[in-house]
Amino acid sequence: MTEHSSEDLKHTPLDALHRELGAKMVGFAGYDMPVQYTGIIAEHTHTREQCGLFDVSHMGQAEITGSNPIGALESMVPGDLAALADGQMRYTMLTNDDGGILDDLMVTRRGDNLFVIVNAACKDADFAHIAAGLGDGNQLEIMPDLGLLALQGPKAAEVLGRFAPDCQAMSFMTAQPLTIGDIPCVVSRSGYSGEDGYEISVPADQAEALARLLLGEEEVMAAGLGARDSLRLEAGLCLYGSDIDETTTPIEAGLIWTISKRRRAEGGFPGASVIQEQIENGVKRKRVGILPDGKAPARAHTEVADKDGNIIGEVSSGGFGPTVGGPIAIGYVKTEFIKADTPVDLMVRGKPNPGKVVKMPFAEHHYFKG
Amino acid sequence: MSMKYSKEHEWVLIEGDSATVGITNYAQEQLGDVVFVEVPDAGKAVDKGDEVAVVESVKAASEIYAPISGEVSEGNATLEDAPATINSNAEGDGWIFKMSIGDASELDELMDAAAYADHVAGLE
Repeated sequence: MTEHSSEDLKHTPLDALHRELGAKMVGFAGYDMPVQYTGIIAEHTHTREQCGLFDVSHMGQAEITGSNPIGALESMVPGDLAALADGQMRYTMLTNDDGGILDDLMVTRRGDNLFVIVNAACKDADFAHIAAGLGDGNQLEIMPDLGLLALQGPKAAEVLGRFAPDCQAMSFMTAQPLTIGDIPCVVSRSGYSGEDGYEISVPADQAEALARLLLGEEEVMAAGLGARDSLRLEAGLCLYGSDIDETTTPIEAGLIWTISKRRRAEGGFPGASVIQEQIENGVKRKRVGILPDGKAPARAHTEVADKDGNIIGEVSSGGFGPTVGGPIAIGYVKTEFIKADTPVDLMVRGKPNPGKVVKMPFAEHHYFKG
Repeated sequence: MSMKYSKEHEWVLIEGDSATVGITNYAQEQLGDVVFVEVPDAGKAVDKGDEVAVVESVKAASEIYAPISGEVSEGNATLEDAPATINSNAEGDGWIFKMSIGDASELDELMDAAAYADHVAGLE
């Protein structure tokens, strides 16, 4: 039941700090990462009530430059990048020819360039894919010398504002350069917790200094990947590899909101015909929230059955929601069962555990819309 | 009355012909916050190595295997409402089930406290 750290794992710029803080380290996406410090529930709850600091330096950061970065990346994602104002950020996904999802990513417009953040486990493949698809005149510059910290929670703006007051006026899903205690950073108002907060791109050699600065504020608690996962699960946010992958389309995943009217009409991204057809005619299955009645968590791959015992889908990620105070799950069910309050059974260890389909998020989002 | 330990990080408190079983403090530290425990019903007959209970942390579910053969006489019902008792008192109030000792010779295959401490030290 234990996962031992391997010497083959890569380390983030905060590795020494994690160990100093007594983190329990686990291998994740090839990196030795902190899963928890004091405890997942404590870190989760603290983030919802005050703020948590997460090391997400394992994620991939890169910039696309050249003659037409927007057009080039739009040929690989269904997101509307042409509509981005300078400093604006979008959530979108790299799709394949079947409309499946190769990865989900954040894209920020920086002048004429695009800055992207991709998942750690996919970054090598993503960067190769993007570089190959950019066409003449555009370049992908991978930025391995950057760390990434996420400060999440209702106190994040107050805390970061002590060092960089301009952060407080930023709207959700915008980014700008900010100096935080002499450290040159690029800060976005975004995150993966459902709370207000920031993601801070920082030179790797100053990431530890930045982390120590923020951890020195009394509202800030170091939080690990365990709390990051329980927070995003309650927020109903997709985990790549679990809730979305090459076999799920953005429409099945309930991510149609990420595709603008123009891009739905024009297409021009891999799998566009599949996705346009699904928008037109609907899909056979969709991603929903599922709330088990009892206390037993329903984990990923738990089968979902209707009340007659027919299998209608599967949990894609599930566990315990500390803010909800009980088990929660995300899964795919046949479209006729997606209506809120539809009763289902979760087949946990061979036994049907009753539950129902619910609207997500499980915990209300608190984004700062300015 | 004696305390024995399994390689799977269970403790077994032997009192006459019955045994109380739980997970060790080391095990609960590894698991982290326990949020759900499925305890066995009284009367369940188990062979050594059978899956008999489940302890779930925020992150994952861990099966608990019967450290010896016998019949379950009681599951710890208080864990239903207070699963975190396993975190606060793994080797006391956080016991998971009680069972009869079907074959006393199986006890010899379990470790004493010193051997278990060595076992844990070898994992770190």
